[in-house]
Amino acid sequence: MKKSLLSTMIGAAFALTVSGAAQAQISDGVIKIGVMNDMSGLYADIAGPGSVVAAKMAVEDFGAAAKGMKVEILAADHQNKPDVGSTVARTWYDVDKVDVIVDVPTSSVALAVSQITRDKGKAFLNSGAATSDLTGKACSPNTIHWTYDTWMLANGTGTAIVKTGGDTWFFLTADYAFGHALERDTTAAVVKAGGKVLGGVRHPFPGQDFSSFLLQAQASKAKVIGLANAGGDTINSIKQASEFGIVKGGQSLAGMLVFITDIHSLGLNTAQGLIFTESFYWDLNDQTRAWSKRFAAANGGKYPSMVQAGVYSSVLHYLKAIEAAKTDDGTKIIAKMKEMPTDDPLFGKGTVRADGRKLHPAYLVEVKKPSESKGPYDYYKIRATIPADQAFRPLAEGGCPLIK
Amino acid sequence: MTEIFGVPTQALFGQLLIGLINGSFYALLSLGLAVIFGLLNIINFSHGAQYMMGAFVAYLLLNKLGIGYWWALLLVPLIVGASGVVIERLMLSRLYKLDHLYGLLLTFGLALIIQGLFRNEYGSSGQPYQIPAQLLGGQNLGFMFLPNYRAWIIVVSLVVCLSTWFVIERTRLGAYLRAATENPQLVQAFGVNVPRMITLTYGFGVALAAFAGVMAAPVYQVSPQMGADLIIVVFAVVVIGGMGSILGAIVTGFGLGLIEGLTKVFYPEASATVIFIIMAIVLLVRPAGLFGTQK
Repeated sequence: MKKSLLSTMIGAAFALTVSGAAQAQISDGVIKIGVMNDMSGLYADIAGPGSVVAAKMAVEDFGAAAKGMKVEILAADHQNKPDVGSTVARTWYDVDKVDVIVDVPTSSVALAVSQITRDKGKAFLNSGAATSDLTGKACSPNTIHWTYDTWMLANGTGTAIVKTGGDTWFFLTADYAFGHALERDTTAAVVKAGGKVLGGVRHPFPGQDFSSFLLQAQASKAKVIGLANAGGDTINSIKQASEFGIVKGGQSLAGMLVFITDIHSLGLNTAQGLIFTESFYWDLNDQTRAWSKRFAAANGGKYPSMVQAGVYSSVLHYLKAIEAAKTDDGTKIIAKMKEMPTDDPLFGKGTVRADGRKLHPAYLVEVKKPSESKGPYDYYKIRATIPADQAFRPLAEGGCPLIK
Repeated sequence: MTEIFGVPTQALFGQLLIGLINGSFYALLSLGLAVIFGLLNIINFSHGAQYMMGAFVAYLLLNKLGIGYWWALLLVPLIVGASGVVIERLMLSRLYKLDHLYGLLLTFGLALIIQGLFRNEYGSSGQPYQIPAQLLGGQNLGFMFLPNYRAWIIVVSLVVCLSTWFVIERTRLGAYLRAATENPQLVQAFGVNVPRMITLTYGFGVALAAFAGVMAAPVYQVSPQMGADLIIVVFAVVVIGGMGSILGAIVTGFGLGLIEGLTKVFYPEASATVIFIIMAIVLLVRPAGLFGTQK
């Protein structure tokens, strides 16, 4: 007994010194990752608990435990409210010693969290929010915008639709930071491609009945109705547009931000033929298929959205950067992440630009007809791949103050 | 084409009609709330969740048992109404002696639990429910395309609202109900089983919510959130109409639908708030509501 107790103590002391050496620069010896998103509202399927699953998979695949790094994951619901998100961010940074906040859909919340992260010198890896202002006029040395943004969506979808003859537009816009940014960027893309915007209407967020707005869109006689909204708002807009015979009447719908979970919820009957832009689809190659099946098994059978894929990819790169830089200081680690090239099974090889924009290809997809689909989640045909250097807004046009 | 404030009158007719359709839902839901409050003095905050349950039970009947829309219209109110009866017997009946606030807190808690359970099981994006084949398509009214299903909503909701009003205000059963809320002991002394009557009334109010849920399923996505988004507006409708006033709930429901519809044309950004502005004004000028009587 005595001997075994003694050896245990020696073993424990040894373990302590080893991990102590490995984590010399890690605050409190633990890397704390806070996953903040909408856990219960209209964006919960896009991000929600699935993003926590993705973050855990990243920690596992990185092999944190085997490398002697202690990683802890926290999760919180920001309810799509900037004030709630700000309070969580402050508590996490000040009280819980969280090192990095990830995900954060809902642009208004993301902008608030980005500012707080900058003030506290921590790190923010945004996967869920859309506004391109995060790497434009509101860019920050402590923030990386990972998965997609309004410029990417506008450029991919807007340009493609104008080129196929959809040259007059009317917008249905969610009345907050995200909708405004998406409408602005799409308008720019449409005008640049030679199209014209006839008008638009801003609806309360979240909405429920869109028939009134759809009727206004119908009256505008625009060829394309651009849906500058997301999640449940987009689903209801598309469903009610089909009810009011908008598409049969000759107008077409452009979902500016559509996720695979939305298509799953709408069903192919209603969603077929929609064209939009995504930066991840589970059925791209063997690696994405293998990862997505693992993800679905851990996520109650639901396949990953691009936001959840982005959470995985960003957390993985973050941990790699910590391993290389041997510190978890927010500002230093974001700089390291920009310096190192990215590589993961979901987005392939990529880079992080000086303004915080992660670069990877984007895909213009079309929703399959029910007859073309082999089963649940077999929903997209890839119409075009937009290479990484064209998918996102050029560095010089963003107006990011970090870029001289 | 003639215009009113820069909006063509034709378009305005369309918007008014849409407002009336939304008003139908407000009226159906606020009617259930008014019945429950008027006769039980319970502020039923789980009304939105029960509306959502109505839509979900219709969805489940279709996908698990192959029972379509028309049977659902009949069965769902019975099923969800029965769950209401259980809630009343097991929980609410213990609170009648206490302040209104306790009933409100209990039903609010129930609403959060029910919504959480459904979200956990079905996610937040919602499930599709198709419009029944008989009501597909629509009519071109000249000023707008009116889907048949939306016309059906207005008709059904008017029929249900008016018959409920008739039963409570103009029949013997309704007279018993109203008497039982005024003075339960006296009515009991006449040999009427008051507790059972109250239980059934709660069940009926819940069944109305579930009925509205079935009506809404083909129009909105069947999602756990659908009730939570609507319930606050519906409460405002009841407050404006006068707590417990049946006629008030019906008239205000349709009326506010119209006002909201007009706001969506002239200043869409305010369409989510306009009802609450009216509520604030009504509370200041007539605290008992437009149709309420001061006790």
